[in-house]
Amino acid sequence: MARYLLTRAWQSALTLLLSTIVVFVGVRALPGDPALALAGEDRSPEALEAIRRHYGLDQPLPVQFAQYVERMAQGDFGVSIRTGTPVSSMLTTALPVTVELSILAILLATVLGVGAGVLAAVRRGRPAEWLANGLALIGLSVPHFWLGLLAILYLSVATGLFPASGFVPFLDDPVDNLHHLVLPAVILGTGLAAIIMRQTRSAMLDSLSSDYVRTAKAKGLRPRAVITRHALRNSLIVVVTVVGLQLGGLISGAVVTEQIFGLPGFGKMTIDAVFQRDYPVIQAVVLLTAAAYIVINFLVDLLYSVIDPRIRVTGEPA
Amino acid sequence: MTVLSVPMAETAGSVTRRARVLRRLRRNPLAVVSFVVLALAIAIALLSPWLAPYSVDQTDFARTFAPPGTPGHLLGTDDLGRDVLSRIMLGARASLLVGLLAVATSLVIGVPLGLAAGYFRAWDAVISRFTDLLLAFPFLIMAVGLAAIRGASLGNAAVAIGIAQIPGVIRVVRSDTLRLKSLDFVAAAVVDGAGDLWVLARHILPNATSVILVQATVAIPAAILGEAVLSFLGLGIQPPAPSLGTMLATAQQFAARAPWAAVLPGVVIMGLALAFNVFGDALRDALDPKGDRR
Repeated sequence: MARYLLTRAWQSALTLLLSTIVVFVGVRALPGDPALALAGEDRSPEALEAIRRHYGLDQPLPVQFAQYVERMAQGDFGVSIRTGTPVSSMLTTALPVTVELSILAILLATVLGVGAGVLAAVRRGRPAEWLANGLALIGLSVPHFWLGLLAILYLSVATGLFPASGFVPFLDDPVDNLHHLVLPAVILGTGLAAIIMRQTRSAMLDSLSSDYVRTAKAKGLRPRAVITRHALRNSLIVVVTVVGLQLGGLISGAVVTEQIFGLPGFGKMTIDAVFQRDYPVIQAVVLLTAAAYIVINFLVDLLYSVIDPRIRVTGEPA
Repeated sequence: MTVLSVPMAETAGSVTRRARVLRRLRRNPLAVVSFVVLALAIAIALLSPWLAPYSVDQTDFARTFAPPGTPGHLLGTDDLGRDVLSRIMLGARASLLVGLLAVATSLVIGVPLGLAAGYFRAWDAVISRFTDLLLAFPFLIMAVGLAAIRGASLGNAAVAIGIAQIPGVIRVVRSDTLRLKSLDFVAAAVVDGAGDLWVLARHILPNATSVILVQATVAIPAAILGEAVLSFLGLGIQPPAPSLGTMLATAQQFAARAPWAAVLPGVVIMGLALAFNVFGDALRDALDPKGDRR
């Protein structure tokens, strides 16, 4: 297992380096003078000269890249062109919102997706399976931002049951915080739930027809015990896999969901930055997303080897 | 001509296989319905410049926010008095166009890389790192970056979505190539002295078409949803060009005055995506050699 983890760690580090190069090159490809982009409000020649020296823009490219990596590693993402505040402090207020929203969405999707998937597999060929399959297909096909729009129009505005927009920090008022996040989390979670449901159903069907489940049944275990103790354990791997693979989709979804529900998170910050041509913010967002994706997927692989002992032996995901 | 006799066996097999796949599709009512819906949608999209009752840019400020069912405007008018039916038709056309462009982009780059990764051991590790790199940039973040560098447009939206779909294509083509490479007819061709490129083009690629086809049918609806998201956020198709995503953005803006405007464009997006997904599922089942297992 140590060998497998070392390989994965090395691969993750390499991918991280490559994605940093991509962002570095992308920033150089931005229209206009990067010093101008970094300068913010103060665009006097002296200020630009100071920025060129501070960011090493007068140095050769490899030196610039080394300095760039050093700055990023220290969390120095520059200053927002629009607000003049350091990008890092914008991130510290925005990220918790997105992380909380995503965790709630993953929890919801897991409960819904695993539940419906198990039901569909156990009730094969019955109406319950058709219903679960149909809902999963719709969940895959519906534009979630549209679902959010309808939820605001017909649930929040019409009934007043949920707030249509806004955010309250968890530490200020946990109940109000959840009240604001329930609807966005449901909207964000539906797509993920559909994918988890389909994978769970397929994995359950495989394990229900496998030898070890047949043995368990033959030795007289009650059907419920067979499902929960033997077959369902596998669906844990399914959930971990799907969440790892769908992380990109989840981040994209969070951006849109925040935009619709007016949540002051990472996504809203991103979209605002694009329209204000706030390049330091865009750069930080792109780089951090890539880094988060790589690190989380490495953690998912670690988790795998904990859940599934086969990986510890063979060094390959089953 | 021993070189020819071996692939002939495989070709003869694939003719009966195609007939079996078509028969299975015809017997599946969901496949038939979704196919008809898609054929209709594509026909309407192709003919929309002639079918649409109004020009998409024709404004009528005396009749803004006409509700659906208004005489002369079957689905009503928008904030500028433009005909909603006409804009939905041309918006759906744009959605399909982005879907096709994105999937074409992902296939053109992904298929050769998938073949190379599966066939040449040495390339596998390099292409895997490339895949990891692409996966690290979700399509929306990719679109944000592209919009920052090159500005927002239909083409850039399609490219961002297409690039994000490359890893999926590489994965399925690579694993099918690995499978096919171990089969006897490929070994026979290699023994006969066929070169690597010949084997890939003549033996492996034709047999991998079914997985590529299934991948494309599930990638198109994802691309259509992606376009809707990007246009909704203002990162895709730019107004005044009609797009279902921008129609929803406008609807959100005027939700208090015309809440119905948020319904139809979404229904059309969902209908298109659903038809592709249902057909893709049916196609996968029909192509599954294990048959009616599930």
